[in-house]
This record gives sequence, structure tokens and C-alpha cells, in this order.
Amino acid sequence: MIKHDISKYKHIWVFVEHENGEVARVSFELLTKARELAKDLDCEVHAFTVGDKVEQFKDEVFKYGAKKFFIIEDPILKDYMTEPYRDSIVYLIEKYKPEVVLIGATTLGRDLAGTIATVLQTGLTADTTALDIDPKTKNLLMTRPTFGGNLMATIFCPDNRPQMSTSRPGVYKAIEEPVKGEVIKEKFEFDKAKYTKKILEKIIEEGEKVNLGFYDIIVSGGFGMGSKENMKFVQELADVLGGTWAASRKAVQAGWAPQTRQVGQTGQTVHPKIYIACGISGAIQHVAGMKSSDVIIAINKDPEAPIFELATYGIVGDVLEVLPKMTKMFKEKLGKA
Amino acid sequence: MHSLVFIKQVPDAAQVRVDYETGTLIREGVPAIINPFDKHAIEAAVRIKNEFGGKVSVVCMGPPMAEDALKEAMAMGADNAYLLSDRIFAGSDTLATSYALWAGAQKIIQEEGPVDLFWAGKQAIDGDTAQTGPGIATRFNIPLITYVVDIKKVDPENKTIEVVRLVESGQEVMEAPMPCFLTVEEELNTLSYAPLPYLIRAAKTPVKLLNSSNTEIDASQCGLKNSPTKVKKAFTPPKRERGEMLEGDSLDAILNTLYEKITPVLKQMGKVQ
Ligand SMILES: Cc1cc2nc3c(=O)[nH]c(=O)nc-3n(C[C@H](O)[C@H](O)[C@H](O)COP(=O)(O)OP(=O)(O)OC[C@H]3O[C@@H](n4cnc5c(N)ncnc54)[C@H](O)[C@@H]3O)c2cc1C
Repeated sequence: MIKHDISKYKHIWVFVEHENGEVARVSFELLTKARELAKDLDCEVHAFTVGDKVEQFKDEVFKYGAKKFFIIEDPILKDYMTEPYRDSIVYLIEKYKPEVVLIGATTLGRDLAGTIATVLQTGLTADTTALDIDPKTKNLLMTRPTFGGNLMATIFCPDNRPQMSTSRPGVYKAIEEPVKGEVIKEKFEFDKAKYTKKILEKIIEEGEKVNLGFYDIIVSGGFGMGSKENMKFVQELADVLGGTWAASRKAVQAGWAPQTRQVGQTGQTVHPKIYIACGISGAIQHVAGMKSSDVIIAINKDPEAPIFELATYGIVGDVLEVLPKMTKMFKEKLGKA
Repeated sequence: MHSLVFIKQVPDAAQVRVDYETGTLIREGVPAIINPFDKHAIEAAVRIKNEFGGKVSVVCMGPPMAEDALKEAMAMGADNAYLLSDRIFAGSDTLATSYALWAGAQKIIQEEGPVDLFWAGKQAIDGDTAQTGPGIATRFNIPLITYVVDIKKVDPENKTIEVVRLVESGQEVMEAPMPCFLTVEEELNTLSYAPLPYLIRAAKTPVKLLNSSNTEIDASQCGLKNSPTKVKKAFTPPKRERGEMLEGDSLDAILNTLYEKITPVLKQMGKVQ
């Protein structure tokens, strides 16, 4: 194993993920978390990205406290593609030597991070849900679930730099703390003949790109909802509570909700203040994505359903009866009737 | 068409339970299976072989018992199987694992000839890292396509493949030259039943063994000692206590109780005065 001279590396870098001219919310969440870590490391938070037109994101990244914004712009980077993104980012990291690199654990982030870490010959910890600094060694402690959330492991990377992690969306809150930042533009000479992959077509699921991590209240419908039409009861309650709606994988697979609303191991991780599970059995893969919610309310007609093992409040009943009543009552009580 | 599929033998995560007394996982009696995502990679490779000819090789890094996974892969239609097994691999993190698998694959390529398509599942259900596939692809310096949900077209003449992959906002249709590396989702295909000839061949064909003595693997890049990431501690997450079942004379009464219970939280969020 190649060991790096770790004293040469400084500052925390956060990757600014973007698609179709929009920054992914997880990047702001990570900038916020990075500010907290930077206090313990006595260093600065910097943002970085590559793409076709990315300087436009500077105001947003400075708003979340990045003191510097490192970018490479090139038309070849218009759409995300593993290899040119990897090569140009590796160039930035090798040149500026950040101590920590944080990337969102999205499909894009997880595709990218493994290839970057391999080229840099450094450690990478996937899909973390907690980041801390070891007070003694100043190493980054990265905690992540394994075995479908049944086991947590805290990983560190003592002899190699940067210390890299992908972090789940929705785990940290994005809080603004504007600074006056500086854009640092770099150039990278792409060997265009090397990039032989092509995107032939992009199929965008209309209007349904939701970051569930953004919401404090989530009403989630499972297979027990019975039909696509009945999912409206879930949506209505979510509306009244000022939250959003989500679904279990079985409901997604039945075609009752888009995949972008799935909660769980293969969907999104959420930690709202209130999670209402309607007609959801509580399979471990679902639970993995919602068990850190503050208050869990479960409605299920089966008193033996495993979801009741972790629900703060359980109601045994038919969702088709409970939900409309609940919506009506809460509407009145919240003064929305 | 020659496919090489990287598979992992994993404990069936759905059956692993937590012992809250000792804070450990209960793995006794939990069957070892082929990582579910990897099975779909094997299936896809076998279908391409059946359509265009060629062969399918599989490789698994793991302890001797992982031979079972390779036998099963052959029963699914793989033609030859390699077990990459050596003490020096113990404790490898994803960087070291991708190195060992890449180095082992070099030997397989020597024996079986050049590979057009490299395959892996999108992630393993025990570690869930999704890093090993991208790591191996990077070491080969070939195009990587992750989260593949559909194979649209294989063109052996022009050496290209067209696939559909998942992205955050929907899907992408992508074309790549072969050789390339694909990591796949379960939605890619439905598994077929193993026909009898496959089962017979699987029973008859021995799994070939690869280790540090018959490959060019550099021991100084493998194992716990040579892995940049280390585990500081492992722990079971605190169990959520079973909460309160709300009961009452009527649904209205139950819902009233619920509302009272959550009022403090709603207040905190500014939803009620
Ligand atoms: C590798 C892998 C990854 C997975 N990832 C995920 C994931 O990310 N997210 C996820 O959710 N799942 C995931 N799953 C699937 C998971 O194992 C379960 O199959 C799924 O969560 C079950 O969904 P459900 O609870 O909606 O349906 P079911 O298990 O069918 O439960 C339906 C529930 O509704 C109740 N019910 C029925 N009718 C009514 C009624 N009228 N009123 C009240 N209650 C009613 C029933 O009692 C039952 O408890 C994954 C599985 C695998 C193998």
C-alpha cells in the first residue's frame, strides 16, 4: 500500500453535485456538516466541481460557507460521465491536496467516488450517516450502516489522504452561513479520444425528483394501501400536515408511486420529525431508511406487524378508514378546514 | 463474446438478526448465498452468450466455502469458475479487494482469452459499498456503467453495447465500446431456472483455484495491513423501543389521543400555536 505524506494535505472539500443546471441538495447539507468538522480541524471548507457551466453555482456555495470554489469548465463535461469527471477531479485533488473529500451518496456520487479513490490510491468509506473528528488523532471518523442497517461500523483512514467518504442525502440539515468566497478556475487538458462512452438519450421522470430528506413530516404508503388510487389518502394527509408523501418498495413496484419517493435501503434515507407508515409491514430494508425518524406513527390492520416494534405510536386499523378520518380531524385542528 | 462476472458470497442479510444482549449479529443458521445483484449479472451474461455465442467465466474472492457460490453460478450457465482464495486477502477493504480481483482477472484473461464484458452486481448486500466494481473498472482503465437496468443492444461486430442505467432524475440510455464494465440492478432481468445440462456440467466441472502462488498478485497491496481504511469499531444501532399502541372506544378517540401526543412536536415545528 502506498502511504501518503499526510502533513501535506489541508482543508475539507465538498463536491458540488449538479444536474441540468441545478445543485443537488446533499451538497449543501455536506457543506453545512463540513463547517462543523472544519472547526475541529482548524481548517477551511472549500467546494469543488467540474462541468460545462458551473461558475453560476458560486453564490449558492458561498451562501453555505465555502471559502473557495474550485472548478474546471469544459463542454466535454456537460453531462455527467464517469471518466472525464474522474480525471479532471483527480487533477484538482492532486494539485490542491485537500485533507478530506466529501461526496453525496447519490447514484452519481457513488459512481464517481470509487473511481477517484482508486486512482488516488486512498481509502473511501461509502454511504456514511455520521462524520466526526477523532479529538486525539484528528482523523475523520466515518460511521456507516452495513448488513442492511443491522450493524454500524466506524471507519477511519490513518495513513492515506484525502480521507474520502460518500454521505447519505438527508442526514444533515442544510443551513446557510454566507461568506465572501473566491472562485478558482483551473484548466484540464482532456484527451478526448479516451472518452468513448456516449449518452444516447436521457429519460427524465417528470417533476418527480423529490429529496425526501428535506421534509420534517413524511406520510408513507405501503402495499396495504391497496391501489394506486388509494395513495391519494396518503397525499392528502401529507398536504394537511405540510409534509410530503413517500412509499415502500412494494408500493413502488406495484406502480403506485415513482421510485424517487421510495424510502429504504434501496431508496432514500429519511429522518423527519414525524414519519407516518400506512399499510407498511416494516421489513428491515424499509426500516433501514426510516428508523431514525423522531416520532414514528404506524397504522396497520395486523397487530403483529413488525412495524409496531419500532413505532412510537401504533394504531391497529384499516388505513382506508383511519386516513380519511385523520386528515379531516387534523385539518380542523390545524385550522386548515 | 466473453463475459467475466465478479461475484461475492454473502450471508443472506434478510435473515441476519441482532442480539441486543451482546450487541452482535446472529449469523448462525443464516445461509450463504450469491449476492442477489450478482445473480442478475450472471443471468445477463449467460443470455448474451446464448444469443451471440462465446462463454461466461465467473470469479469469486473468498474463503474455500465460496466454491458453493461458483458451483451455483455454473448451474446458472457459467462455463468456468475461479475461486480467488488466500490468507493474504483477509481483511481487505474495497481498494485492496478491487486490486486482488483485478490481479486475479489478469490470470483468467491469460487462460480464457480477452474479455468483452465485465460484470458485477451494483453492490453487495452485506457491505453495501458499491465501490468494488468501479474500482476494478478503473484499474482496467475501461468504461464503467453502473446501475444498469436494461440491455438494449449488443453489437459484437462493432464491439459496442447499449444499456439503460438509473440516474437520480430518471434513466439514461448509454452506449459504450467493449470491453467495458457493467454493474447491475435486480430489475435487469428475471432469473431463469437452471436447465439440466447446466446442472450436470456444474457438477462435473471443477472450480479452478487462484492464489498468490499461481498469479502475479502483489501481497503488499492486499489484506488488512495494506488497506487504507480500518474499522475502528463495529456496533449494533440502539434498538427502538416498542412504543405505545393507541387504544380507545372509537377511532375518533384514538385519533384525538394521537393528536394530543404529537402536539408538542407540531408546536416545535410551528405548525400549531
Ligand atoms: C435487496 C432488497 C432491497 C430492498 N429495499 C427496499 C427499500 O428500499 N424500501 C422498501 O420499502 N422495501 C425494500 N425492500 C422490500 C422489503 O423487503 C419489503 O418487501 C417491502 O418493504 C414491503 O413493503 P410493504 O410493507 O409496503 O408491503 P407488505 O410487506 O406487503 O406489507 C403490507 C402491510 O400492509 C398491511 N395492510 C394490508 N391492508 C391493510 C389495510 N387495509 N389497512 C392497514 N394495513 C393494511 C398488512 O398487514 C402488511 O403489514 C427490499 C428488498 C430487498 C430484497
